[in-house]
Amino acid sequence: MAEIIVVTSGKGGVGKTTTSAAIGSGLALRGHKTVIIDFDVGLRNLDLIMGCERRVVYDFVNVLNKEANLNQALIKDKRNDNLFILPASQTRDKDALTQEGVQSILTELSESFEYIICDSPAGIEKGAQMALYYADQAIVVTNPEVSSVRDSDRILGILQSKSLRAETAAEPVKEHLLLTRYNPVRVEEGEMLSVKDVEDILAIPLLGVIPESEAVLKASNQGEPVIFDEAADAGKAYSDAVGRLLGDTVEFRFVEADKKGFLKRLLGAK
Amino acid sequence: MSNPCLQLKGSVVTTFILELYRYSVEEFTQQLTDKINQAPGFFDRSPLVISLDKLEESIQNIDLVELVSICRQQNLQPMAFRSEDVRFAADIEKTGLVHLSNSAIRPRGSVGTSVEASADTQSDAIELTQSASGSTATDSSDEKTAAENNPQIKAEPKPSKIISRPVRSGQQVYAEGSDLIILSHVSEGAEVLADGNIHVYGTLRGRALAGVKGDIGARVFCKNLQAELVSIAGNFMMSDALRAKLWEASAQIYLDGQTLHVEAV
Repeated sequence: MAEIIVVTSGKGGVGKTTTSAAIGSGLALRGHKTVIIDFDVGLRNLDLIMGCERRVVYDFVNVLNKEANLNQALIKDKRNDNLFILPASQTRDKDALTQEGVQSILTELSESFEYIICDSPAGIEKGAQMALYYADQAIVVTNPEVSSVRDSDRILGILQSKSLRAETAAEPVKEHLLLTRYNPVRVEEGEMLSVKDVEDILAIPLLGVIPESEAVLKASNQGEPVIFDEAADAGKAYSDAVGRLLGDTVEFRFVEADKKGFLKRLLGAK
Repeated sequence: MSNPCLQLKGSVVTTFILELYRYSVEEFTQQLTDKINQAPGFFDRSPLVISLDKLEESIQNIDLVELVSICRQQNLQPMAFRSEDVRFAADIEKTGLVHLSNSAIRPRGSVGTSVEASADTQSDAIELTQSASGSTATDSSDEKTAAENNPQIKAEPKPSKIISRPVRSGQQVYAEGSDLIILSHVSEGAEVLADGNIHVYGTLRGRALAGVKGDIGARVFCKNLQAELVSIAGNFMMSDALRAKLWEASAQIYLDGQTLHVEAV
């Protein structure tokens, strides 16, 4: 049985797709056969982030409607043999998703994959609820700012009430907090919520802290998940998070501001 | 308007309900006397509602005036009839008492708004037959209150609702007819309500409304007060006002007259 992990946030633009791509790639890099599903029907993005946009022939909705089979719709990543992408349809909307359809696809994927990453759309409506319904684990992507934290709190409430595990009173969905766009300098200046602030409010275990990084934007535009960029802080932080997801104890990096030298401070250099 | 001579308020009064199954003067007088003799002090001058809803179908008319006078002889104070059936409407009118239809009576288990009588909060309506049968253990001392005297009158207190996970933004938890105990946080945008008290053993960032059915004795307790709103029986205070009193500290909020008090605990 595959482990189904939903990447969700409530709020848009916090880094769900970037995280889905990075975590999915990270699991594949560690030898786990992984598929990433784009649930954002109508606003397909994952294919761009993964750099496979020109290889999309059939999509999630085609498979749901039995217009194609799964093998036709799955796109194998060029960088890693363990990694597959199931793109969303760009021409349809969220109403194309049905619970039975999603279940049958997840069941079929479960037979051949170890991890299924569900990249949730923003919001708390049907698309987001479909993405999280069958989840075993949830990665809640949050930016260190109040509106994102509140939306994450909201989506945690939905995980606890509207997931299959909640409805069947099974063991609850395992929740992880992933803090993205973290800037320790701005935290010190009081412009940004700290890791502790967010942990206090959301009260779920911390999976990772991804520093604000230019490498992320670059990676997105190049269609290369940032985790492949071994030199970038964000890539390293995602790699640490994947380790924690697999049960390793990894010390948190990039959560403290660099201490600037006296001269640097004097010159105001970054 | 400045000095009103009256005020209209909703309130709940504890009464007995006498449920009549069939009626003949001898049988009724005998059985009622027997019941009352089991605990004479207890029923003395009790207000009484006579229910005709359980009456056998075949019975078409009853001398209700006579029935009322028999009750009065036993030192009960009949004040109303409860009946959904129109066939008795004229007879009830003759007695001069109030005619209640079922819909006018609040369901059992709802919390009373009267604070003076604590027993009120347990149950609105007590069936005479049921309570009297349990009164064999009654101590005939008139000093004791009804609830103390008769264990069956004291309805089982409803167990408190206990929530051990955080109450998240957008979630609402309501403890109907009881206290609410939350062992974790209440997030901003979450709402917790109880007919009784609310305890939050985490940070209270959302809204907490205690005594929502009007219990002015209800309180809110929390380990860390950062609430958006706290309300006791409809008297509320927003976060700005709370900040001015106590913030990010253990607190209890209670009502004294019309004023909410916020105190450290």
